[in-house]
Amino acid sequence: MDFSNFLWMRDELTLLAVILILFLYDVFGTEKSRRFFSATACTLLAVQTALLFLPALAGEAFGGMYRTSPAVNTVKIVLNAGTLLVLIQATAWIRRADVVIRRGEFYILTLMTLLGMYLMISSGNFLLFFIGLETASLPLTALIAIEKYHHDSYESAAKYVFIALFSSSLMLMGLSFIYGAVGTLYFSDIAARLAGTPLLYVGLVFFMAGMGFKISIVPFHLWTADVYQGAPTSITAYLSVISKGAAAAALMLILFKVFAPVAVVWQPVLWGLIVVTITVGNLFAVRQKNLKRFMAFSSISQAGYILLGVIAGSATGMASLIYYVLVYIFSNLAVFGVISVIENATGKVCMDDYNGLYRTNPKLSVAMMLALFSLAGIPPFAGFFSKFFIFYAAVQEGFYVLVFIALLNTIISLYYYLLVVKAMFIRQDDCLIPAVQSDGASRFCIALCVAGIVVIGLLSCIYTAISGVSFGM
Amino acid sequence: MEIPMIYYVVVSTVMFFAGVYGFVTRKNLLAILISLELMLNAVDINFVVFNRYLFPQQLEGFFFTLFAVAIAAAETAIAIAIIINIYRNIRNIKVDDLDKMKY
Repeated sequence: MDFSNFLWMRDELTLLAVILILFLYDVFGTEKSRRFFSATACTLLAVQTALLFLPALAGEAFGGMYRTSPAVNTVKIVLNAGTLLVLIQATAWIRRADVVIRRGEFYILTLMTLLGMYLMISSGNFLLFFIGLETASLPLTALIAIEKYHHDSYESAAKYVFIALFSSSLMLMGLSFIYGAVGTLYFSDIAARLAGTPLLYVGLVFFMAGMGFKISIVPFHLWTADVYQGAPTSITAYLSVISKGAAAAALMLILFKVFAPVAVVWQPVLWGLIVVTITVGNLFAVRQKNLKRFMAFSSISQAGYILLGVIAGSATGMASLIYYVLVYIFSNLAVFGVISVIENATGKVCMDDYNGLYRTNPKLSVAMMLALFSLAGIPPFAGFFSKFFIFYAAVQEGFYVLVFIALLNTIISLYYYLLVVKAMFIRQDDCLIPAVQSDGASRFCIALCVAGIVVIGLLSCIYTAISGVSFGM
Repeated sequence: MEIPMIYYVVVSTVMFFAGVYGFVTRKNLLAILISLELMLNAVDINFVVFNRYLFPQQLEGFFFTLFAVAIAAAETAIAIAIIINIYRNIRNIKVDDLDKMKY
């Protein structure tokens, strides 16, 4: 066997090394030395992220099983940046007395899901893709249930695990039909032999339904709000940005690389899904009172916007999708950073509890406001540019009606994002949340996110770099 | 005499949709898990049959089935771990008791 093949999997191997080091540290470290566990985990992941910036490889290993390209590498960098932010943000929560005993598990499982996502996006065969998908979703189940004496936590874990199993079996059914229609599971061979038979279409529908559950696009979104509400806030943040972004990127890569010849079939399906996703996500977000549920529906509608990059099917579409995910990571993690600071200090997550937050916690309120403006797409912030690019990509391919509907929905989303801002700045309340003293890690994370929101939109070199590695169908 | 492929495919399809039906209607977490196993195993039959009848020169379908069985076992393990945790906490595994978060 040719072991040099493993060199292509540089990113996976370094991440695996990080996981193993942390594992050994957790098992053999003394109680005293484990005080530095969080810092070590964040540092190691930061080093690993830096390694991803080495010149990207392009090629395939293990007979086409594993494929990597600069675009995949860019997605990995984006995911890594997001995971790093989540880990920094989780430091305060994981130090709490009732969860500190599971600190090692938290970091190892989180990085394990990241490894699964790596495999998912750089697979060249549906078998590796499926293994990556499961490696990404099974540890997440354990993470959701990590506060195991907490009713919300295990209720949402039960909902998540059954939905994850159901969606994987739907997806596997689809893969079996695709295999029956084409006779191979290698992406390049499928693309070469693809013929529009009914069996293939059935397989494609099942496959997209399975992926729909993972990205939580609308008929398959019902688990999202419950799981997001019940999971610990740091895990919710991870689920809503990293897991969703990786699944969207994987769907895009597969639709581009494998199913490009039958684009006329999946584009109308995706068209309908995007319209329903954006609209339903927005309309349901309006009536939410719990901020975590609110963010769940907001993330459903954001998933619809992300898919605009997939339906465009061009190099611009891919670039704008990766860029959108990057901006979305920073904006959403800023919101979740504030939510988790408030929740750790007071245990409150309802929108009404945020009334008059500005008077007691001006810095947190401003950070939250900037993040919400970015999510809504208000001009100076990065969210505006990411929405602009993704609409531009869709318009370029002639999806005028779709972009018009998406634009109308942006206005609805502005309404409900501003509801939170209104609660914080304008509404008054007798029992205000007291001034919260957040810890250094959370403050650092929120500051990074806000800096990202402001800077990413203005630094055009980021979009140019992403666009330089993207490819179309 | 060889059994035609369609018989196998009918069996696997019936199994799959019986699993979907069970997943939607059952009220006990373990029964839901059993329904999910039906769905996963139906997929395995599909892969093996397609491989055996349509593409007998390669073994990709068989290998996929092997991996799918292993992963299904891992999934079942984690689902059962969560079910046991729920049982320890509320002494019950009915879905009706897991409806705190809705709408």
